[in-house]
Amino acid sequence: MSAGGLNLTLHVWRQSGPNKAGKIVDYPATNISPEMSFLEMLDTVNEGLITSGQEPIAFDHDCREGICGSCGVMINGAAHGPMKQTTACQLHMRTFNNGDEIWIEPWRAQAFPVIKDLVVDRGAFDRIIQAGGFISAPTGSPQDANSLPISKLDADEAMDAAACIGCGACVAACPNASASLFTAAKITHLGHLPQGQPERYRRALKMVTQMDLESFGGCTLFGECQEACPKGISIDTIVQMNRDYIVAAANEREEKAEMGAG
Amino acid sequence: MGRLGKFWDSSVGKKIVMGATGVILVGFLIIHMAGNLQLFLGAERFNAYSKLLKHDIIELTWIVRLTLLVSVVFHAVAAYQLTMRNKAARPEPYAKRVPQVSTYASQTMRYGGVYLLLFIVYHIGHFTTGTFHPAYSEVGTFGNVMVGFSTWPIVLFYLGAMGFLSLHLYHGIWAAFRTLGLARPSGDPLKRQIALVLAIVVAGGFSLVPLAVKLGLVH
Ligand code: HEM
Ligand code: SF4
Ligand code: FES
Repeated sequence: MSAGGLNLTLHVWRQSGPNKAGKIVDYPATNISPEMSFLEMLDTVNEGLITSGQEPIAFDHDCREGICGSCGVMINGAAHGPMKQTTACQLHMRTFNNGDEIWIEPWRAQAFPVIKDLVVDRGAFDRIIQAGGFISAPTGSPQDANSLPISKLDADEAMDAAACIGCGACVAACPNASASLFTAAKITHLGHLPQGQPERYRRALKMVTQMDLESFGGCTLFGECQEACPKGISIDTIVQMNRDYIVAAANEREEKAEMGAG
Repeated sequence: MGRLGKFWDSSVGKKIVMGATGVILVGFLIIHMAGNLQLFLGAERFNAYSKLLKHDIIELTWIVRLTLLVSVVFHAVAAYQLTMRNKAARPEPYAKRVPQVSTYASQTMRYGGVYLLLFIVYHIGHFTTGTFHPAYSEVGTFGNVMVGFSTWPIVLFYLGAMGFLSLHLYHGIWAAFRTLGLARPSGDPLKRQIALVLAIVVAGGFSLVPLAVKLGLVH
């Protein structure tokens, strides 16, 4: 064993497939370089498992640079691990000490069923987006930026909310498994921009309705989501979602168009 | 389903009902607490206040009572239904989950709420209807309070309720502004000074009465 390598004990959730019973299995992770990312550490452990003829630990990942939102797991009881505003792929092993025990579990929510080991199905998020997280008016090719003035404050709030990568850490960290932060980020993002105005209230109504249909919990404002979010999305977005929802519910009316709509 | 039904059925709508009814209850508590402190001004003044509420403006008193009853019922039913929904949203628990920022207050809203519900029932039976009071007098409210707080178990039950109330308010007042969409964006949305001050003032103000009576500071 070379100097400086970490020797760790992993407690990993293993589950062979959807709806199968799973359990925590212990693995040693030896001679782990502090320079490795958390996922590289898992790769190393998996190489060992494959070499010895065992099934590798399945985990989700894609960009490995903190922008795609694929990689979330619970690490020692915190979504994406102990480092603030950092995805699991950007978490480095220097955060840990030699001899540490590390608990690694999938996101837990009724709406995020486990597919295998640490991989969960986040299709519920896609369906919330499909319910209204878009702008349907065809806007053509981009106009000159100055032809559509947007105040700095609105632009900032929209951009901050747009940073959401859909990783699901907010759901995972929430004691209620609520998707409020994710849904609110999308509603805030589009609701602050002129292009988002025509559908602003209908969007709030439809996305909240879908969020409930997916059996996520409600918001108690524990604040855990904001703390877990790798992109620093603020619970202020939830204030915005609720405000838009109130206006939407107060003004809701039937869609009357019988033909020619769109 | 009608619009109101849809609103009540949604997790956001139900939470908004909780926030709105919670604010009504907080408003009442502030006035109720200030009224109670008149006990320190003597028996005559306190009984006169009681007569005002129970006789002179009894119609208004009934309007307030009904508003509070409706508020508590909606608040508690929404709390129960949301709690059930939230539990169902995570059927499989984590082997290890470490809360990062949730306050003790936010984690005890449900237990505190149940305690407060029991307390409200007991409290009305104690001083309003006299059902649970050993020597209730319709006109001697000051005496009712003196006798009512003459034993430690009852004083402690009241103080326990005020402990839970302070926690409930510390989280609830801060949360309600957010649930109702009223809070402005902030650099540190978890900060909550107004809620802290109100929680201490309201729960502390209420607690003075049973404490002072039991310790023999009121004559
Ligand atoms: C009747 C007994 C009560 C029960 C069962 C109860 C229960 C609860 C629960 C469980 C919550 C958190 C809900 C959630 O976010 O999941 C809550 C919030 C709240 N409660 Fe109560 N509570 C009770 C009485 C009161 C009283 C007497 C007051 C008035 C001082 C009050 C004021 C509030 C406020 C302001 C909130 C915050 C609502 C929000 O987050 O927007 N509650 N209550
Ligand atoms: S709000 Fe944050 S934690 Fe939730 S899905 Fe988006 S990036 Fe992930
Ligand atoms: S793998 Fe893309 S955010 Fe981590």
